[in-house]
Amino acid sequence: MNTTKELWVFAEQRDGKIAGVVQELLSEGQILAKKAGYVLAAVLPSDNGASLCQELYNFGAKKVYTIDDPKLKDYQNDYYSRAVAQLINEKKPEIVLYGATTIGRSLAPTVAVMVDAGLTADCTQLDFDVENGNLLQTRPAFGGNIMATIICPNHRPQMATVRSNVFKKTKISDTEAGEQVPYAVDLSGVRERMRRLEAVHEADNTIDLNAAQFIVSGGRGVGKPENFKIIYDLASELGAAVGASRATVDAGWISHHHQVGQTGKTVCPVVYIACGISGAIQHLAGMQSSDVIVAINKDPDAPIFDVADFGLIGDLHQIVPEFQRQIAAAKA
Amino acid sequence: MNIVVCIKQVPDSDKVTIDRETNRLNRAGVPSIINPFDENALEMALQLKDKHGGKVTVVSMGPPQAEEALRTALSHGADEAILVSDRKFGGADTWATSYTLNLAIRKLGEIDLVLFGKQAIDGDTAQVGPGVAHFLDIPTLTYARAVEVTGDTLKVTKVTEDGYEVWDVDKPCALTVVKEANQLRMPSLKKKMAAKKAEIPVWGFDELQPDENKIGLAGSPTKVNKVFAPPVKLNKEILSGEPADMVADLIKKLKERNVL
Repeated sequence: MNTTKELWVFAEQRDGKIAGVVQELLSEGQILAKKAGYVLAAVLPSDNGASLCQELYNFGAKKVYTIDDPKLKDYQNDYYSRAVAQLINEKKPEIVLYGATTIGRSLAPTVAVMVDAGLTADCTQLDFDVENGNLLQTRPAFGGNIMATIICPNHRPQMATVRSNVFKKTKISDTEAGEQVPYAVDLSGVRERMRRLEAVHEADNTIDLNAAQFIVSGGRGVGKPENFKIIYDLASELGAAVGASRATVDAGWISHHHQVGQTGKTVCPVVYIACGISGAIQHLAGMQSSDVIVAINKDPDAPIFDVADFGLIGDLHQIVPEFQRQIAAAKA
Repeated sequence: MNIVVCIKQVPDSDKVTIDRETNRLNRAGVPSIINPFDENALEMALQLKDKHGGKVTVVSMGPPQAEEALRTALSHGADEAILVSDRKFGGADTWATSYTLNLAIRKLGEIDLVLFGKQAIDGDTAQVGPGVAHFLDIPTLTYARAVEVTGDTLKVTKVTEDGYEVWDVDKPCALTVVKEANQLRMPSLKKKMAAKKAEIPVWGFDELQPDENKIGLAGSPTKVNKVFAPPVKLNKEILSGEPADMVADLIKKLKERNVL
């Protein structure tokens, strides 16, 4: 076992809060690091890393490289990429994982060209080949119908991004021990080429598809925007979030924040209820790892039934309100 | 403003179907289109040109038939098109693609802005925009939905998970553009005719003089190890009949699974 080799997770923070996907990556990292015999470490650029280390230890990081600088308080691609690339070049980790967030999807490709690393986007499965040290990075291709396993045999580090909700969170305890390793990076030579003027959080984003245990989603079969009411009513009865297919978002029936799929959000609820969604490849790519999938569709040949655990063939305009009534009645 | 728009020709994924027997994609006869997000990048460039003047050059790296996507872009209003194509560039991953596109953009001379779609719908990596920007040594912002010229800098609105941010960024810079930004204008008949006849230079190995170790399959750090069909659900249950009975049955089964 080589205990000096390391597997890193980029510890993304916004406003001093660690992103949820970081906990998921560390949880998966525990398994990979054990198999590889590597040390699991987190890399945390911020203005005050010490206060965030404990959370990272609790999800399995044995070591946290804190890179503190006022310029790293908020994400800025030039500063962040310089800081992370410099640390990579110095410490030479074997593997670096990033969340496929708006930040991770800017940072990782920049760092990849800076340090000559391979980068695989949106992996849904990671494994480690103990024979040759390759990270086996599996991702959907062509919208989810073909899976491809990517390797990076001749370059280190091997880098991958992973979307939220692909891996489950496994917290070890609330009081895990770990080591904080402060790392000083000199950013004075980095020319300031962009400045954030304003960051706005919008109210519409309270619909948290990421955290939802239940999701009720509507597709073209809903028929018209007003009919989304029955989807909302069922969701409300179940305490569910509301999702939507690309077709309904494109048609302007519902805001894009609700879109589930390849170009929308990836979700992994306990129960996903697809109403009037035919199951285009690009939609399936965003929801097929849900624990239980219920499909309601009048077309028995709809591809959504291929991924469903329970298929209800019939008119959603009758079935969805009936579903809501029976749930309400069971509560009463 | 001198604006470069990088576009990719992709199979129209809405028209890709699945062979239920083999669980493989039927790609035969599937039309090729301009990556939909690249259309938004093109429209953003055309709007900037309408307002501030200048030139819009579209660049695509791909096989010879990608020329068709470039002609489409010309018909929508782009001024010039360059096809980056060479057998030696084949099999490039996002690293090698970023390097190669960077050489082509450098060859175009002085530029103010490089635009990309936020990602391509076939590979979905979203990596080439930031990669090219780094090779060009220019700043990059991803997920842009609006841009305004303010003197020597650009004011860019970018979408985030829970809202948006406004950035002031130096020119030249690279942006990747989201769908909410705009909708591509219709091609005009006159431009369509001109696009058919337009000369599209092809830049290959000899024109770009790349480092041989940084192009094509050999210059790509990542390799495809294997390809397989995704696992299918085995214990699927199809319910039919009256809505009330189906729903009662479903609720019972969800309770048996301990999920309700």
